Amino acid sequence: MLDCGLDTTSVLNFLPLPLVHSPRLSKLPGWVSKDGTLNLEKELKECTGRVFVDSQPEFCLPERELLDLSTIDVILISNYHCMMALPYITEHTGFTGTVYATEPTLQIGRLLMEELVNFMERVPKAQSATCWKNKEIQRLLPGPLKDAVDVWTWKRCYSMQEVNSALSKVQLVGYSQKVELFGAVQVSPLSSGYSLGSSNWIIQSHHEKVSYVSGSSLLTTHPQPMDQSSLKNSDVLILTGLTQMPTANPDGMLGEFCSNLAMTIRAGGNVLVPCYSSGVIYDLLECLYQFIESANLGTTPFYFISPVANSSLEFSQIFAEWLCHNKQSKVYLPEPPFPHAELIQTNKLKHYPSIHGDFSSEFRQPCVVFTGHPSLRFGDVVHFMELWGKSSLNTIIFTEPDFSYLDALAPYQPLAMKCVYCPIDTRLNFHQVSKLLKEVQPLHVVCPEQYTQPPLTQSHRSDLMLELQPPPMPYRRCSVLNLPFRRRYERVYILPELANSLVPSEIKPGISLATVSAVLHSKDNKHTLQSVPKPPPMPPSKKRKRVIEEPPVVLAPKPLLSGAVPLEAFLSTLQKHGITEVKVEETADGHILHLQAEDTLIQLEEDGTHIVCDNNEPLRTTLRDLVLRFLQKL
Amino acid sequence: MPEIKVTPLGAGQDVGRSCILVSIGGKNIMLDCGMHMGYNDDRRFPDFSYITQNGRLTDFLDCVIISHFHLDHCGALPFMSEMVGYDGPIYMTHPTKAICPILLEDFRKITVDKKGETNFFTSQMIKDCMKKVVPLNLHQTVQVDDELEIKAYYAGHVLGAAMVHIKVGSESVVYTGDYNMTPDRHLGAAWIDKCRPDILISESTYATTIRDSKRCRERGLSEESARKHRKRRQGKRVGPQTVSLSDHLSVQSSFQERMNLKAPIYFSTGLTEKANHYYKLFITWTNQKIRKTFVQRNMFEFKHIKAFDRSYADNPGPMVVFATPGMLHAGQSLQIFKKWAGNEKNMVIMPGYCVQGTIGHKILNGQRKLEMEGRATLDVKLQVEYMSFSAHADAKGIMQLIRMAEPRNMLLVHGEAVKMEFLKGKIEQEFSIDCYMPANGETATVTTNPSVPVDISLNLLKREMALGGPLPDPKKPRTMHGTLIMKENSLKLVSSEQALKELGLNEHQLRFTCRVQLQDPHSDNDTLHRIYTHLKSVLKGYTIQHLPDGTVMVESIVIKVSSSAEDANTKVLLLSWSYQDEDLGSFLSTLLKKGLPSGLC
Repeated sequence: MLDCGLDTTSVLNFLPLPLVHSPRLSKLPGWVSKDGTLNLEKELKECTGRVFVDSQPEFCLPERELLDLSTIDVILISNYHCMMALPYITEHTGFTGTVYATEPTLQIGRLLMEELVNFMERVPKAQSATCWKNKEIQRLLPGPLKDAVDVWTWKRCYSMQEVNSALSKVQLVGYSQKVELFGAVQVSPLSSGYSLGSSNWIIQSHHEKVSYVSGSSLLTTHPQPMDQSSLKNSDVLILTGLTQMPTANPDGMLGEFCSNLAMTIRAGGNVLVPCYSSGVIYDLLECLYQFIESANLGTTPFYFISPVANSSLEFSQIFAEWLCHNKQSKVYLPEPPFPHAELIQTNKLKHYPSIHGDFSSEFRQPCVVFTGHPSLRFGDVVHFMELWGKSSLNTIIFTEPDFSYLDALAPYQPLAMKCVYCPIDTRLNFHQVSKLLKEVQPLHVVCPEQYTQPPLTQSHRSDLMLELQPPPMPYRRCSVLNLPFRRRYERVYILPELANSLVPSEIKPGISLATVSAVLHSKDNKHTLQSVPKPPPMPPSKKRKRVIEEPPVVLAPKPLLSGAVPLEAFLSTLQKHGITEVKVEETADGHILHLQAEDTLIQLEEDGTHIVCDNNEPLRTTLRDLVLRFLQKL
Repeated sequence: MPEIKVTPLGAGQDVGRSCILVSIGGKNIMLDCGMHMGYNDDRRFPDFSYITQNGRLTDFLDCVIISHFHLDHCGALPFMSEMVGYDGPIYMTHPTKAICPILLEDFRKITVDKKGETNFFTSQMIKDCMKKVVPLNLHQTVQVDDELEIKAYYAGHVLGAAMVHIKVGSESVVYTGDYNMTPDRHLGAAWIDKCRPDILISESTYATTIRDSKRCRERGLSEESARKHRKRRQGKRVGPQTVSLSDHLSVQSSFQERMNLKAPIYFSTGLTEKANHYYKLFITWTNQKIRKTFVQRNMFEFKHIKAFDRSYADNPGPMVVFATPGMLHAGQSLQIFKKWAGNEKNMVIMPGYCVQGTIGHKILNGQRKLEMEGRATLDVKLQVEYMSFSAHADAKGIMQLIRMAEPRNMLLVHGEAVKMEFLKGKIEQEFSIDCYMPANGETATVTTNPSVPVDISLNLLKREMALGGPLPDPKKPRTMHGTLIMKENSLKLVSSEQALKELGLNEHQLRFTCRVQLQDPHSDNDTLHRIYTHLKSVLKGYTIQHLPDGTVMVESIVIKVSSSAEDANTKVLLLSWSYQDEDLGSFLSTLLKKGLPSGLC
């Protein structure tokens, strides 16, 4: 299984989970259908024309019906965002396989899961809405609830216990480490340049190579640069995780982010940045580190609020091996690789596990707050939305590309707060991808269907799709795709003893042949050939005659023959062996040799020789060997 | 027969100056490039003229690998790369790459600035040398070139210490560097997978000892200082240290807390301070427990330890000082030692192995009068204690590693000859593998016997595996037949038919026909049936068919019967077979010539 990400956009259909009681949210009217026949006011609430489910938010899981999860041997994880569904896959499903991921992916993935669980468990909600999921009822609901797919498979968040159990199945791997799977294939993660420890995977046997390219970046941010050259010579390249913002330039967005931030602060407003607690935030902090002084923001407090804020900042400093060259060389000095260490030391950046506790007493405005969750449905960000939403002095800046900002803001409408959308998605865009594919030249490309046509909203932009020769093979949810290669060869090892006994003969210039008779041993998908053991010596037989009567024991077929027997040369060889009386008769296909003294016929043709010889076994074997001299054995 | 050659230029039946040359599959690799603490002359560095008399080594070495940052493993590196001349890649782990240049610079300062030697590498040379370093990650397979690949494993000796697996084709060597098989306060235990190398080159510093746990020794260190504290208010103590001293600092720090000890604890500044920073940044290289808790509590921030200043050495009252280097051969530890050696109330604790020739080695051997530079002598009155903290594998650990890696041959370096001899005997006895222990400049040659990798056609393989059944009978192995096509560098094993096709060759059919006369007074059909019954009883395990068209088939051999024209009782059998059935055909014609046994129905 390649990755198991969680579709969290489903939570946009739910009401936010406030940390402190919100009178506004609790006063929202329940929903009743226009004709009054359908009353779901307990489960559904209405806010400025949109309907939201009042229940603990639920996630849309990867497909679990199509296959028996207990038959999955291995899961390869490409980055920490792509493992959020892991507990749903590995727990209570009979899964007994192994998950492979790099160390930063595991550690930061754990933090993100921990954060998610914490956000949910901090504000337990007794109610679990289920009525609206009924097919008949859902049909009658207003959009977008009406159009939500597979709602009956949506699940509430997992528990910490399930997270721990799922992560205990992870086996750590390093970049370019070769991991043997069942002796059949070798998998190896390569740096993908997108996030700390993010990887693309190579899956190869001795003769076939499949590359899995997911969430890669060619921009210079904090992670180690993408390893492109190792992707060369792929039979199949599976391409996914392209940028969700193909038209937004990350550098431009970063500039916009800074200028909007400075503008708001100068006007006395607060800035709210809903974000994940690892990833782009490191780059944002680094950018601010350089920007703060020049923009005269030295006294503005920056807050990072998350149950895992401290861990995330600390962990980022200890993965030097996984960082870009510039950051790596800092460690040699020795200095922390990220400048946020200095921001913390100089008290410019403060981090808190939540808005409760120390934060409430140290909190000063105007300020900048980084906090989750970017969906605005749970986490500390909900509190700041309620707190700052009413004032037009404040600004919310969206940097994560996963959620539509309009949908995210819907349950908070009407809002006075300014909204700035500068999504920063460093993953490959279509231009970069086509350049990359030209470089690595895979024989076939497999990609999601969406990449093969321009986005629905920009159907004229033919540059926003993959155009390749041969065309990429598209896949969609639940479709089964056969990868277009035929396996022809497998690796086998000839043991030294057997190898030494082989007798090669040159059949054409540069090509030699040797016939091999051997015993095949196959163990753990590894094959070896070894010499045929010599039969144990015959027990000394009392009657010699009996020995002759024993039929040949080992059924050892003779090699195939090739070539032709030249007449003249054959005749002179016969002569050397004392066979002189030969009458040669020409036929349509060759010659018939009549050995008169021996009363034996030899029929020589281009592609066959027939020896007719009665009652003279010694002669027959002599003739046989003479014929064989002229032929090649295979 | 392919061979692997191993030649130590240093650390052959000796400790110090580790430098081992390996030739494998046409590649030459230098493992470590260390200096010898016991010498101040030419013998301090390995003799690189062994590799070539005329200058630069670049053409003779494919790569250099450094196992860890201790100077007896990397001290000669700038000399080798910049003064002798080597421009190829030098591999080491990230922490080694970080710490190694600092130790080299320190070494250079002591030698050039303090001792005034001139023909020595410069700071710039250290920098230039480090530019040639390619960092290694644990378990990453690094392709040095198309054929040579190396992979690093965790060695647990110091921060960033690694063992390396070197592979060319199907031949391989593992070099352990220095390693430790028991996890300690800060580092994890060495680990390697069952990689079955042709040779395992292991250190053998503690070849004859089996040590108690490090925890016990740590308690020893603390109690020793507590005793001192209670009994002698005037006592002073020097604990010389190596860079792994974070260890001792944290032991003492936690101990001081527990015992309410008042005497100040110092550590020498500069090096050691930096060393702690490295531990913090390379926390992924420490053991599980530290890694798990580092966010809450960083092990490498000490409450009670203060930085040492040279002037403190004359302060009144007891104190504890941690100073480097650990063998008392130079630097701050030696200075303090000289100051305090005359007072029997003081004590020095030697924390690890001391190389012959160093002061550490001398005082551990009980020498009480030391000759110093300029003919001065120093009376050693202070007490000398030895407590080994250096993280080397003991005999048990070495055996454990052999069990892990399952090498075909063993080769010992970095140990004393007598001790090696003992361990060699044990290894040969327990594992029945050859164990080598070449001296410096001596070459150990191991013949390898690699299998030949071949591409087998999947059709042939699948057919064979299907015929063999799921559980092949070990007593009756099936023989597989095929043709090996050798073309340029490719080796392909295919069925003979496929080989003919692929090479565009015609098949040549060789057939034999043989008439056998038989006296059998029956009808033709009956005779044929009698033959069928006879063959059935003689040939077990062959396919024999009596076909309606008046023939008997044995495998693909055809037998027909007709009556002789002259005598109806004389039957003429016509046997016809192809060359592929030659053995059986020949057997049948001989058998049938003898006639049919009577009593056949």
